[in-house]
Amino acid sequence: MPTIKSLEDLKRLREEAQRVRKLKVNEGKTEIVVSMGTVGIAAGARETLKAILNFIEAHNLQNTIIKQTGNLGIEGQDPLVQITLPGAEKVLYGKVHPSFVDKLMQEHVCEGKVIADKVFNPEISADT
Amino acid sequence: MPYYRSTVLVSVDPIAVEKGAYQVKEKIIAELEKLNLLAEVQVIDTPRIGDPVKDGPDILVYPEGTHYTSITVDTVPMLVAEHFIKGRELKQYASVMRDLTDEELSEPKPKEIRIILDQIGKIDPRNIDDYLAVDGYMALGKVLTEMTPEDVIQTLIDSKLRGRGGAGFPAGLKWKFARQAVDTPKYIICNADEGDPGAFMNRKVLEGNPHSVIEGMIIGAYAIGSSQGYIYCRAEYPIAVSTLRLAIEQARNLGLLGENIMGTDFSFDLEVRMGAGAFVCGEETALIASIEGKRGEPRVRPPFPAQKGLWGKPTNINNVETYANVPQIILKGVEWYSTMGTEKSKGTKTFALAGDVAHTGLIEVPFGTTLREIVFDIGGGIKGGKGFKAVQTGGPMGGCLTEEYLDLPVDYETLGQAGSIMGSGGMVVMDEDTCMVDIARFFMEFTQDESCGKCVPCRIGTRRILEILERICRGEGVPEDIDRLEVLCQQTIQDSLCGLGQGAANPVVSTMKHFMDEYKAHIYEHRCPAKVCRSLIRFEVDPENCTGCTVCARNCPVGAIAGERKQIHHINDDICIRCGICHQVCKFDAIKIV
Repeated sequence: MPTIKSLEDLKRLREEAQRVRKLKVNEGKTEIVVSMGTVGIAAGARETLKAILNFIEAHNLQNTIIKQTGNLGIEGQDPLVQITLPGAEKVLYGKVHPSFVDKLMQEHVCEGKVIADKVFNPEISADT
Repeated sequence: MPYYRSTVLVSVDPIAVEKGAYQVKEKIIAELEKLNLLAEVQVIDTPRIGDPVKDGPDILVYPEGTHYTSITVDTVPMLVAEHFIKGRELKQYASVMRDLTDEELSEPKPKEIRIILDQIGKIDPRNIDDYLAVDGYMALGKVLTEMTPEDVIQTLIDSKLRGRGGAGFPAGLKWKFARQAVDTPKYIICNADEGDPGAFMNRKVLEGNPHSVIEGMIIGAYAIGSSQGYIYCRAEYPIAVSTLRLAIEQARNLGLLGENIMGTDFSFDLEVRMGAGAFVCGEETALIASIEGKRGEPRVRPPFPAQKGLWGKPTNINNVETYANVPQIILKGVEWYSTMGTEKSKGTKTFALAGDVAHTGLIEVPFGTTLREIVFDIGGGIKGGKGFKAVQTGGPMGGCLTEEYLDLPVDYETLGQAGSIMGSGGMVVMDEDTCMVDIARFFMEFTQDESCGKCVPCRIGTRRILEILERICRGEGVPEDIDRLEVLCQQTIQDSLCGLGQGAANPVVSTMKHFMDEYKAHIYEHRCPAKVCRSLIRFEVDPENCTGCTVCARNCPVGAIAGERKQIHHINDDICIRCGICHQVCKFDAIKIV
């Protein structure tokens, strides 16, 4: 490990430490969770995930974290994506295919508008 | 900069490297590449994460914050496939992250200002990088590059920082005396022998932010011209000791301790010494004796440690909290520090709220905050909606303050004038059901037990005071006891060698001052008004409320309660040992204390 020989060394180490620390703090960030169990992956969750990553990179979104989770146990709705804006309730979307990702990211994540007709609703899905 | 959805931190401290940390890292990268995930996941190095590694390096995966331990090259393929493809935690390697929020330290209340406690729970005390990220060691950097030792001392004097160990002696002046002492070498000591019952402010700082204390000590060493320091921590704080030792090792690895710190010609190193359970070793001369390997007994001052301290050499000794204040004062300046506190006491003070208060735990408030704000606004008032009776400040050497003192702005002077002390910051709140004679007896029992026995007034005085108090609590007090207590307390306070004996009688003096009626009730009427002293109370069944449920009879450890089902019960007073269990278990409020 390099030792600190000057104030500049210390400042450099501080910047490095701050960068790593930023990764650790999830507070105040938008959380996107993609359901990636076997069913999810078969339904194309990986492509959905890649589309989300592409959007984030293309639009240089800050303070957004992406997590994976296993099968949510909701049949026929994969790929499932759950979005939690800071301080807001989590919202679960069903059948999020790559073609829908741009609209979802733009409206919900960027503008904060919930796309009501795509939100997963357990009552409706029970009927179908 | 490309966006990564996930970051893998691989610990690459020397032990982990020996266990194949770099091989594991390469394997992770290879596996990610195979699965085409390298564009989404980045892999970087990090210093040691937690406990020393066993079979392989630790890795941390963000944003989930999953902590895997003992990862070997063989387990990597499964780990990568499970975690990054399927999004599942590999349970058998995941270690449970410590819960950082705890009962001892809750979120700050509106009237609190947190300087010392601020970063605790937010940064990882076992990773120096976390401290560096919040401007850690920047104060040291400023001191070593821009300030002379005299500048540092003058800054401390201007800040009016006072020793947080209890006496409140200006820290800057203490440093100045140690600097002016001609003898060499000089030593610097941190007093982390926190022993007051119920007080744990220092432990929390040592466990949660050890580098703040270490940085303060290095700055102090530079100011007084010392090259060796000791942290004297009580052995009852094993986590604090291990955290400190790890922190010292990490600071040494970065060149923040040792030879030629930050490329200057200033050298300093630090060592942890453990106490052996004696309360008196919190007294500075006893502490120094203990570090020297002698019996932990105080000696007469002067000479003060600044002239003749450790090994007879000039020594500066401060409390944990005092040192933790130093980096902040250097970084943010005297003006900032002076905005908090009262005329003579600047800054903030941590307190450990304990006793019959709704929210117990650690708090930090600026000096000048009133006792009412501390007990009622921050502490949430008395537990169970009961009435406030008194608050004991300053631990077993302090005094109790009654309701009339509630609007007292807390600082060193006001507490002293009110007949108590600041102490290290213990605060025991007592409700209306507390017997003040019993409380005095409790504290006396503690100090009597902890008296080192070197000087007669403390050794014999505390013993005799305790005997009288025990007699009064048993209902065997005689009218002369009050005068005897007054004389004994006076003599013990005046004639004892160190702070322990000089303060030991304080709880008795202050309870006699404010609650003489309770002493008299015990002595003249053989009655304990708060119904606490067992010899002076009796338990009785209230026939109005008793439903004959038999719970009391079944729980009585001595079989003193008789009564059939659905019949009113009766307590045989000759057998009853007054343990109070029946009173606790009765759901119908049918057991009365008379």
